[in-house]
Amino acid sequence: MNEFHQTPSHSAPDPSHEDGSVYDGLLGTDSSQWAFGTDFEDPLAGVDTTVPDGVDHRMLAAYCLALADDALVFSHRLSEWCSNAPDLEEDIALANIALDLLGQARLLLARAAAADPDVVPVLPEGSPVPAEDALAFFREADEFRNVRFVEVPNGDFAHTVARVLLFATARLAVLDRLTGSRDAVLAAVAAKGVKELTYHRDYAGRWFLTLARGTEESRRRLVAALDQLWPLYPEMLATHPVEAAAAEAGVGVDPATVAAETDVVLEQVLAMSGVDRPQRASLAGVDGRTGRDGLHTEALSRMLAEMQVVARAHPMGQW
Amino acid sequence: MTTVVTTAYAVAATVTDPEMPMLTLEDLGVLRDVREDADGSVDVAITPTYSGCPAMATMRDDLVHRLRDAGYADVRVRVELSPAWSSDWITDRGRAALAEHGISPPGAAPIASGPVALNLLPTRRAVACPRCRSTAVELTSEFGPTACKALYRCTDCLEPFEHVKEI
Ligand SMILES: [Zn+2]
Repeated sequence: MNEFHQTPSHSAPDPSHEDGSVYDGLLGTDSSQWAFGTDFEDPLAGVDTTVPDGVDHRMLAAYCLALADDALVFSHRLSEWCSNAPDLEEDIALANIALDLLGQARLLLARAAAADPDVVPVLPEGSPVPAEDALAFFREADEFRNVRFVEVPNGDFAHTVARVLLFATARLAVLDRLTGSRDAVLAAVAAKGVKELTYHRDYAGRWFLTLARGTEESRRRLVAALDQLWPLYPEMLATHPVEAAAAEAGVGVDPATVAAETDVVLEQVLAMSGVDRPQRASLAGVDGRTGRDGLHTEALSRMLAEMQVVARAHPMGQW
Repeated sequence: MTTVVTTAYAVAATVTDPEMPMLTLEDLGVLRDVREDADGSVDVAITPTYSGCPAMATMRDDLVHRLRDAGYADVRVRVELSPAWSSDWITDRGRAALAEHGISPPGAAPIASGPVALNLLPTRRAVACPRCRSTAVELTSEFGPTACKALYRCTDCLEPFEHVKEI
């Protein structure tokens, strides 16, 4: 028997050893060694989150959740491309877009929680999980307020190009108006979002054009993807009562008011690409309920199961 | 004997960006305000470059550490979201530091007026290769290793390089 087998090069940590173990540093309280710190991290630290006069705080929170969930769920779908994109540049591009949307989602979830703490799922006493994470990881599918458009599973790259184009076009128009919100936090989040979504929309528009005018196969796939997404698209520009109330109160935007503007941009891309607008009816809700009411496709439950499993297994965990 | 007065701002201004360490937070334009209160506490305001900037917590920790080391025991770092960060806020010294480290500094940020126009052509920028100064460069991708950078390639010296995007 040689000694090599008896003495592994890295000994297992022995917490009772008098000199401690090499892993002790990981348990320390000095957060400087961590890229993200170990403390509670509030993306709105020090930001004045007072709800504007005359605005129903529950309505404001519900409106923020809808905007946040669209970004969060789509961010997750885009992140599924990591290491799977057609080439390294697209892998990085989609990861960047996912990161921007995740950042928007964090700010909006934190804004929802600050407006109405009652929307935040209750976790065991002493749980260090911040409100934004509790909202992301501890709500059930029927508590999510995103449109169904963002939750359906990814298809091929053309499907993602078409989905980013439609999503970024509609969201950019909404956030552009939202910069005038009476809620200063929403206005600020929107102003940042507009800059980011401008890059997302241009990116998807260029790829849409490239695929449409590429090979017969790339065009066939793009047209098929657009056709598949089309029935879900109107939900993004439909008026939900929460959006109507938010617009009425001067804090939100009724997406129906930007539908025409969104369509002009889309038409530009379709015309340059020589792609016809699909002739497909919109996907009906169930008893008038859609994604904004918590009515989702099965795909969302499966996506959330994967997204939430680790956080839910450790409600007292520190990350 | 001379007394060196070190203000909290001067200390905070030495902290560098975790992702682009050739830049201080001041040069990057993310350090928005440093206030010393009468009770000796310090209030620092920083702004994220992009909504999902993963470096915010590190910036905060680095600011707290550096200021504590300088004798400021009570330091608060808050986020300031408005006005939104613009690449125009990168100082001239910051731009020089970027170029010196092989990163192409941003041009002027687009001016917002009315609905944002769609741009289906590659973004036109006056970019020069940070290594050989050639302007024969091509855009590889609008998205790079960090949220704020695009990828370019010099067609003269053939080296790839990063360009800080205009926002
Ligand atoms: Zn060169």
